[in-house]
Amino acid sequence: MSDFFAMHGYAFYVWSAYAVFAVVLIADALAPVFARRRALRDITARLRRAASRKTS
Amino acid sequence: MNPLVLWFHKLGSPPYFYRFAGRWLPWLYAITLIAAAVGFYGALFTAPADYQQGDSFRIMYVHVPCAWMGLFAYLFMAANGFVALVWRIKLSETLAMASAPVGAAFTFITLVTGSLWGKPTWGTWWTWDARLTSELVLLFLYFGVIGLYHAIEDRRQAARAAAFLALVGIVNLPIVHYSVIWWNTLHQAQTVSLIGPSKIAPSMLWPLLVLAFATHVYFFASVLARSRVALLELESGKDWVRALLPAPEDAHV
Repeated sequence: MSDFFAMHGYAFYVWSAYAVFAVVLIADALAPVFARRRALRDITARLRRAASRKTS
Repeated sequence: MNPLVLWFHKLGSPPYFYRFAGRWLPWLYAITLIAAAVGFYGALFTAPADYQQGDSFRIMYVHVPCAWMGLFAYLFMAANGFVALVWRIKLSETLAMASAPVGAAFTFITLVTGSLWGKPTWGTWWTWDARLTSELVLLFLYFGVIGLYHAIEDRRQAARAAAFLALVGIVNLPIVHYSVIWWNTLHQAQTVSLIGPSKIAPSMLWPLLVLAFATHVYFFASVLARSRVALLELESGKDWVRALLPAPEDAHV
């Protein structure tokens, strides 16, 4: 098993490459999740402001 | 009208597309994860070490699919940009702009993993080889499209201006692709070919193809997810968006 992680001396290069792949794509996958939440919150707030302006 | 054409017209409607994308997203993510698990199992466990490069060649399994996706995403972005400019279809503008950050992410991974592969095999992190340079230009083109899109206030005008830049930048795609043939310096030529036999052992090839499939499916998942958010913002005043929001407290309305 330690042989597997050592990658015959290439461990740093191989695992860094796989880590960059994973980190960048996970960040890319999470970005729209947060953006969607923010967009819905902003739209709700805007509608609420518009509604309160109408009544006052 | 032909049912397929009819479906395309329906898909162009933002509320329909929003629901359509929402239905498909979980499946696309699931397929991505399964394909990636199978592909990485093959890449790390079943594929034998390369006789010249040893285990460092395993970087190929993240480098090459991402390189393909960087080009594929650009083509997808430019094609949608073209449709957006000619027919002014709102969904095409949205899809074009949604693919830019995903393509930039893939191109960034390609450059970094390529650098990590170059150090042990070529002895250098970076060199101004034609392939590396044109790939860097590709990343800057993505940055240009994203930057221009965010620099203009009106979202639809911004999308069309950025789509135009994307179309001009298409000239870089054949340069990236043929650079290894035209200027044969350090980067190796392609070993996997769509036309004709690939110059790679089947035990090494199949994980690569599975991972290429996984990244393609992921690309569409990310573009759909980003387009959904963009459509919400673009159509925030419309009834279909209001219907998605939690019921407002209409006590004082």
